[in-house]
Amino acid sequence: MPNFIDRRLNPKDKSLGNRQRFLRRARDELKRAINERVRSGKIDAVGEDQVIPIPRKGIGEPTFQRAPHSGRREEVLPGNKTFGTGDRIPRPAAGSGKGSDPSSSGEGEDDFQFVLSREEALDLFFEDLELPDLVKLNLKEVVTFRPRRAGFTMSGNPTSISVGRTMFNSFGRRIALRRPKQAEIDAVAAELAKLEGERRPSAATQQRMVALREELATLVRRRKLIPYIDPIDIRFNRFEPQPVPNANAVMFCLMDVSGSMGEREKDLAKRFFVLLHLFLKRRYAKTDIVFIRHTHEASEVDEDTFFYSTQSGGTVVSTALEEMLRVIRERYPAKEWNIYAAQASDGDNIPNDSERCVSILDKTLMQLCQYYAYVEIIDERESEMFRHADNGTSLWNAYREVSAEWPNFEMTRIAKPSDIYPVFHELFAKAPAPAKRR
Amino acid sequence: MEKRSKSLPLLFTSSDWNFDDLSRVYDAIREIAVTELRLDFYPNQIEVISSEQMLDAYSSIGMPLMYQHWSFGKHFVHESNLYRKGRMGLAYELVINSNPCITYLMEENTMALQTLVIAHASFGHNHFFKNNYLFQQWTDAGAILSYMEFAKSFIARCEERYGPAAVEAVLDASHALMPQAVFRYRRRPRLSVERERARIRERLEHEERTFSDLWRTLPLAAEAEAPREVETDMAERQSAIEYPEENLLYFLEKYSPVLKAWQREILRIVRVIAQYFYPQRQTKVMNEGCATFVHYTIMNRLYDKGQISEGTMLEVLQNHSNVVFQPHFDDPRYGGLNPYTLGFNMMRDIQRICTEPTAEDRDWFPDFAGNGDWCGTLLDAWATHRDESFIRQFLSPALIRDMRLFSLQEESSDPYYEVTAIHDERGYERVRSSLANSYDVGMTQPDIQAVGADLKGDRKLRLKHTVHNGATLVEETRNETMRYIQRLWGHEVSLVGVDAQTDKVLYEVSSKELGEKA
Repeated sequence: MPNFIDRRLNPKDKSLGNRQRFLRRARDELKRAINERVRSGKIDAVGEDQVIPIPRKGIGEPTFQRAPHSGRREEVLPGNKTFGTGDRIPRPAAGSGKGSDPSSSGEGEDDFQFVLSREEALDLFFEDLELPDLVKLNLKEVVTFRPRRAGFTMSGNPTSISVGRTMFNSFGRRIALRRPKQAEIDAVAAELAKLEGERRPSAATQQRMVALREELATLVRRRKLIPYIDPIDIRFNRFEPQPVPNANAVMFCLMDVSGSMGEREKDLAKRFFVLLHLFLKRRYAKTDIVFIRHTHEASEVDEDTFFYSTQSGGTVVSTALEEMLRVIRERYPAKEWNIYAAQASDGDNIPNDSERCVSILDKTLMQLCQYYAYVEIIDERESEMFRHADNGTSLWNAYREVSAEWPNFEMTRIAKPSDIYPVFHELFAKAPAPAKRR
Repeated sequence: MEKRSKSLPLLFTSSDWNFDDLSRVYDAIREIAVTELRLDFYPNQIEVISSEQMLDAYSSIGMPLMYQHWSFGKHFVHESNLYRKGRMGLAYELVINSNPCITYLMEENTMALQTLVIAHASFGHNHFFKNNYLFQQWTDAGAILSYMEFAKSFIARCEERYGPAAVEAVLDASHALMPQAVFRYRRRPRLSVERERARIRERLEHEERTFSDLWRTLPLAAEAEAPREVETDMAERQSAIEYPEENLLYFLEKYSPVLKAWQREILRIVRVIAQYFYPQRQTKVMNEGCATFVHYTIMNRLYDKGQISEGTMLEVLQNHSNVVFQPHFDDPRYGGLNPYTLGFNMMRDIQRICTEPTAEDRDWFPDFAGNGDWCGTLLDAWATHRDESFIRQFLSPALIRDMRLFSLQEESSDPYYEVTAIHDERGYERVRSSLANSYDVGMTQPDIQAVGADLKGDRKLRLKHTVHNGATLVEETRNETMRYIQRLWGHEVSLVGVDAQTDKVLYEVSSKELGEKA
């Protein structure tokens, strides 16, 4: 007799440890692949599951292997059809043979694809980024309560009756008290009716009929006495309020949409916003986005309008800041929300307005904001010219004052899509630049 | 149909399996295996697993217990990718050469398939493991599971103590040398887990003791003494070395000047596993052939006795013919000779030669043609041969004709392949010996041996690759492997390729030129 063992219920992930070791091993490659992907312009896809082909570098398992096609060797093959001894068959030129040469390279790269879950991909993506100044988050942890199931109770709101548990109790009680079933009553009644139908009932039958009548009466009485559902059966779902830490963030996207901002500039700005949004979404339970666009006047708009509709006019940046202030006062009290702002602009502003912007930021906005990033989108041709932080547009020069004043204000320039990620990286790098004067 | 003389009741009717059916079937198979085939096997342990568990088992080279390493994770990902894409089916079973012999059955199999698999693995493979001389000599079925348990916990402990990265570095390097980590001529030592444990504990304790002594009590004196001690130690080791040594991992384990005790132990574990699988590498054709022959014979007997239905038999036959399917060399599906087919065909052929020999067979196989005892002949062949000798001895002209085998020669300098032999009177011998050679592990594995090491001087390790038939090594992996050896040896390692016939040096590399592994 053999020993049969059912192993199907054993834990499955025996090789989980191996998978983790492999992930660690391939980590650098995976990271590089993801960054490459972001750089090549598929930022929206960052939030999805990623299929990453893994190059074999770093995960190869070398051994001493015989080089294919070197030296002399003889092989036996099945299925000879036309060959005779001594036939000579031209060898296929090296490289043009079938692709599945089982030589040094092993399986092709395509064979080795790794599906990273959204979480795994984002973890790699944001691995060395950290939100600046998270102190406020702790102070602002307003605790809210969420109901959580906690068993059953005897009293409660009719809407929270637990039908299953109630019927369970009722069933048990009915069995315990032997409540007659309808079928039993029916059976007795049917027999009685049948006997009553007889023309000339014998004495025995009459006796039986009396007994049956009595039994029927008892059954019906019992049934009336023992209700189907008694109030004591009823149970309610019990909920207990459970404290949930509440971390909310709101992100303000500010953008200049005047004529000087073309498609290219808007596209670059969008990428930056998307990245910031993804980043915030990972940190906070709830993230709101407010889109504010401005020309010479500012307004809060929805996402589509923000990115795709055009509006002509001059450029007054301070209007956007005022609008942001208004929205904060109206809907996002700084006590409850972590406020992040990202402003994208090409740096144009009407004269004298830049000073006004600085004063708004200095006096109010920077005290409310957790973080304020200013991204200036410049022409690729200009990037050389603006390499030094000292040179810049009027807005850039004005903001440099703010930057010097506030550690949570960052500014940078973007010229092409491939700049975005490094810039983003720089803005949120884990080890911030030496603290500035506050 | 007329063969189904005495009809026994069917063993099962439903295609779904359950444990009652399985054990009834097991007993029926066992009856045939013992009385008719005279098989001799380890006690069986049959375990039912799911497909995920099968994938787990696959990635740890088929061992139920295995230490953790990223390469197993890599194989797991690779195989589960293939499986999910539908490009690879999973094996129906997995069998482990242990005592008791463990067979894994997939839960997805139908009852017919489970029957086939039990016959194939629990009796066919099991008999082969127990009786073949290679397995008897080189593996220790009774001890392997507890040894693996020891290996797993030892490596886990090392990871805890020295960090996973340090352990991984040693394992990576050792895995690269696995093909060069077997003794081909010397018998491996018996595994005894208790003794093994005691030995290591002793060794590590000793190391710790000496370490703390040096460190705590005699800091100055010890420092002065240490180099002298190392020197005498080296001299001792130097004189103990025997050249040449083919088991490179053994060589490194014993004589590497830089490895610590726990690292040597890891090398030893990898070496033991390599040695354990060495017989399997040499008996692929025979092992699979034996199992296939056994299941084929047993299933037919069950059918003849009326114990399985025609439907079941059809399913069995369909699976059987899938297993022994051999596409021709010009078929896009061709991927080499199918060991199942070759082994099964040869054994059926032996059966035929024993019972209905032709004049040609009597000519070629005078010692057993027509002896009538095919079972005894096969039992003997299973016990005393490996692939290479089995083919050399038993491949018949009839089968060469049947499979239309021909041998093809490839010479790197020649732009043409040459057909050196086909299935004709002149060619049989050549086809047979060339096929036998291609199953000779000694001829297909590169021959690399340690030929010198100067432990007292510059500590350079010299390896020699004897090049047969001009077959060189793939440069990329060769260099990678050299770096790994350097990691284990700690000093310069050089490899010289020397032609076997002319003694001409074909190439020479040194780990110094290659640089340290990134």
